[in-house]
Amino acid sequence: MNDIPSELKFTRSHEWLKQLPDGIAEIGISDHAQHALGDLVFVELPEIGRSLSAGENCAVVESVKAASDIYSPVAGTVVAVNDQLRHTPELINRDPYGGGWLLRLRPQEPGSQSSLMSASEYGALAAQG
Amino acid sequence: MVDFGGWDMPVAYGSQIEEHHAVRRGAGVFDVSHMGIVDLRGARSRELLRELLANDVARLNLPGRALYSCMLNERGGVIDDLIVYYLDDDFFRIVVNAGTREKDLAWIGQQAARFEVTLLERRDLAMLAIQGPQARERSAALLAAEAAWAVLELQPFFGAQIGEWFVARTGYTGEDGFEIMLPTADAVSVWQRLNAAGVRSCGLGARDTLRLEAGMNLYGNDMTEQTNPLESGLAWTVAFDPPERNFVGRAALDAIRARGAEHKLVGLVLDERAVLRSHQRVLIPSVGEGEVTSGTFSPTLERSIGLARVPVATGAAVQVEVRGRQLPARVVRVPFVRHGKALISLV
Repeated sequence: MNDIPSELKFTRSHEWLKQLPDGIAEIGISDHAQHALGDLVFVELPEIGRSLSAGENCAVVESVKAASDIYSPVAGTVVAVNDQLRHTPELINRDPYGGGWLLRLRPQEPGSQSSLMSASEYGALAAQG
Repeated sequence: MVDFGGWDMPVAYGSQIEEHHAVRRGAGVFDVSHMGIVDLRGARSRELLRELLANDVARLNLPGRALYSCMLNERGGVIDDLIVYYLDDDFFRIVVNAGTREKDLAWIGQQAARFEVTLLERRDLAMLAIQGPQARERSAALLAAEAAWAVLELQPFFGAQIGEWFVARTGYTGEDGFEIMLPTADAVSVWQRLNAAGVRSCGLGARDTLRLEAGMNLYGNDMTEQTNPLESGLAWTVAFDPPERNFVGRAALDAIRARGAEHKLVGLVLDERAVLRSHQRVLIPSVGEGEVTSGTFSPTLERSIGLARVPVATGAAVQVEVRGRQLPARVVRVPFVRHGKALISLV
């Protein structure tokens, strides 16, 4: 839990958002979440072009233990999904903040991620279990 | 860590799937000290067990031989499933589930008095299961030459007391291996020596995926006091011969046999990218409905497998309701995997 990248923003439901240079937002799940889920075996990703509202169910990650819905941290349009996860879902376990990203959005409103938690706020939440 | 029958147990030490593969390809060790070990002593122990168990301990003709059996109530419902070892004419050992330990002891104790049999729960013993194609040789390597020779001579489903250890060639994974009952004080050092010998620590998660691939039932999921062995894939464990052996639950099972069981337990394979979970609804067109009793992702088959209780008329294909969708599943004969090999066709 010590090395949460400080540039990420987080939701209470354990998704992270990374602001990419071209205004695109990358979405994934936290290290805490992948650890709680255990080995991931299937990932369902949204269609490119789908428009999502904030908090909308946009993907499913399923581990040996349980299936878990993923909620979009902000409103926006899906511009890319991580196709590698279809065959190697374990990337989420191995590299949750890097190669295990789920999807990329073009946010509806710039700056809409400002309501999300900072890395240190999320770290404190995750530490409570 | 999760609570399991009052014990704090790890789901996995690291990656559950890697632990699973270690047991299919090499060797893994499980701490199964939560299981209840109970010694029965008395000249009439065999008589007691012939009444108490649905399988017949008269089949235990050689010291050390083990038998898998259900213990039933009068309605034929399953109180527990257990392994019984015949150690001597006045000495049997049984191994029961953690969650049912107390009710089992109360039930057996009630019957035991009539047969002047005493029960002793062996809370002084820990239990380690070492499983996998390399499990036996790596376990034997921890022992002195003479003891090593003795454990390697053990036939499947036999156990032997070797010094302070009781070693049995049994398990719950579909692989070869041992279950070792040993003084609790020795367990940690034995575990560490096994790790040093390349035997991987495995948690409850891998134990569940391994047993399900091996087509083995889990008490509380696949059978309970509300279901009987005949509709739980366990008819093979009920000894109806000799007909005069009047074990507890026999009258109920005879009646079910006479009119025909309504349900059966079957294996399911899901070729879609989704996972079967217990309590999902199974739909069988023009037959009726059933329920998934155990389901998981099979690391060996790289798809989901499960057990389901369905009407007896169910054929080769069913639909399962998975997270709001109806997905086709194949009905297959279990086990799904044995000794590292897939036993079902992969399409």
